Amino acid sequence: MGSDTSRLGFYLLLAPILLWLIVLIILPHIGLFIVSISEKVGPREFETGFGNYATFFGEPLYWRTFARTAIMSILATALTLILGFPIAYYIAKLTRGRTKTTLFLMCMIPFWVSELVRTFGWMILLRETGVISTALQNLGLISGPVELLYNDAAIMVGLVYTSILFMVVPLVTTLDSLDNSLIEAGYDLGGTSTSIMREIVIPHAMPGIVSGGIVVFMLSLGNYLTPILLGGKDSLWFTGMIYTQFITRFNWELGSALGFLLLALSSGIVFLGLKLSRQSLSDTMGRA
Amino acid sequence: MKITFLTSLLAATALSASLAQADTLRLLTWGGYAPEDVIAKFEAETGHTVEVTTSNNEEMIAKLRATNGGGFDLAQPSQDRITSAQEEFGIYKPLDMSKVNAALFIPSMLSATAKNTTYDGEVYGLPHVWGTSGLVVNTAMAGNVQDYTDLCDASVTGKVSYRLKRPTLIGFAYSMGLDPFAAYSDTAAYQDILDQVEAKLTECKPNVKTYWGGGDEIKNLLRSGEVVAAMAWDTGGWQLNADNPDITFVAPEAGALGWIDTFVLPARGRADDAAYDWINFVMRPDIAAMITNTAGNFTAAVDGDGGVSADLKARYQGSFDQAAIDNIKWYPPVPAGLEALEGATLDRINAAN
Repeated sequence: MGSDTSRLGFYLLLAPILLWLIVLIILPHIGLFIVSISEKVGPREFETGFGNYATFFGEPLYWRTFARTAIMSILATALTLILGFPIAYYIAKLTRGRTKTTLFLMCMIPFWVSELVRTFGWMILLRETGVISTALQNLGLISGPVELLYNDAAIMVGLVYTSILFMVVPLVTTLDSLDNSLIEAGYDLGGTSTSIMREIVIPHAMPGIVSGGIVVFMLSLGNYLTPILLGGKDSLWFTGMIYTQFITRFNWELGSALGFLLLALSSGIVFLGLKLSRQSLSDTMGRA
Repeated sequence: MKITFLTSLLAATALSASLAQADTLRLLTWGGYAPEDVIAKFEAETGHTVEVTTSNNEEMIAKLRATNGGGFDLAQPSQDRITSAQEEFGIYKPLDMSKVNAALFIPSMLSATAKNTTYDGEVYGLPHVWGTSGLVVNTAMAGNVQDYTDLCDASVTGKVSYRLKRPTLIGFAYSMGLDPFAAYSDTAAYQDILDQVEAKLTECKPNVKTYWGGGDEIKNLLRSGEVVAAMAWDTGGWQLNADNPDITFVAPEAGALGWIDTFVLPARGRADDAAYDWINFVMRPDIAAMITNTAGNFTAAVDGDGGVSADLKARYQGSFDQAAIDNIKWYPPVPAGLEALEGATLDRINAAN
């Protein structure tokens, strides 16, 4: 009787997460997959087949855009790490008490407004008649207005800014757990700052780096707003392409296939990243 | 206990269903087509309540397709996008003309829309708001831009914007002396036109500052002077003209592209009576004028321009003389499948360097 009740309790506790998984994740994906393997032959006529997937590989535009999106996302992840690591190190190791809380809070404050507002903020800064261009002209550094928006660099700035918090938080957590005496011991044994960073700090922070990297990479790859608003006439982004297929082309079949390929390819890249950094998913996600 | 619960549940369902049927009109429309004051007046007169969702042509069709024509009771896509969507997805239901007060509509527009939205012998669309797309030009800085292809002129390099959508393809084709509408039914001929336009737009790409997406985006670009000539809607040009007299809408030499937004009933709409009430209400001359004053475009209502502000009328007349009106190219219904060809062309232009 007692075990029956506890089992009931277990299932009741499990129910919300199971419902979430099945209703909101598994069922839609099954539906999406079924749509993606139906090929349109005429109005309201469909055949089952993998033609939509073949389209992706047959049309250079699609896989080039995918490769471009993946490479830029990896670059954004690397930049976020380079910018985020010193911040996280400073917060975790060189400050304590109120300063620490304040700095942490300052990292978070921009995320209290929506992503759309933050992106519009960048547009106001970067555009030809925007804040930066005007300021540079007033300082006499440039003679005419300069356009900083509508290019890949602007996308990169937007992506890094949007996702830096998701790098800083896991890094602060892992660096916090590093005992200061280990660093002191390193100095006592004659280590230099570089060698201590390389031999002690980075290996310890590796799970945080990898989990932060995964999150930032996924956020960048799946980002729609930032590349569309900040990007220029040549700045294609894969999610934008999926949107176009679904909404303006009414081609849900190809859009679903592209969505599935995005899922598969991004999982592949994350898997490769884990292998290269010799981390396991459960390790990084469990510790960070 | 169980029975009471069931009956009360049934009663509640029945009640909510009957309430929805009688009262709530879920309207899927464009920004500006259902102003607050018009809704308030309608609710006071008829007792219905109105829920407005603003959207655009593609999103309207995508939304209705996702629900097989449910979720809304009245939609307002453009007339050229109705028969193909009906053929492909079956998302609309035919109109009951006996419930429409046809005397409120300008007869020529009513019959033209009926002709263009007939599918399988049934009429699906009624005309509501019409307008054009053409050029919005800062005449002080780019007075030489008179036609779509002038956007590719060296004098405006880097200061031009248009959308990467089908109206751009059509406009450029006319400007290049081609007739895309005549080739609608001939896929090979249409592909040939698309190829020529693709070459032109690819060559023109260095001139473009950015491809605009939303109406506010292009208005900001023009207002700030970052863009001096663009392909856009007439209302956008007239609104900017109110702020800066240099900027206005120019009907291109090759002809402005004319669209008519319609009323259609989604296939699984639940408040048809309220929908017909709304149609007969907003087509009244006084209400039509209120909508024109907010949306900036004229309606298909008889005497609907009577109460329109003098400023707007002056701007309209400044952009369109009689010859320009006669030269408007009205969109014929898009055959199903044509958009796939256009999509591939637009993708290639977007990817070209």
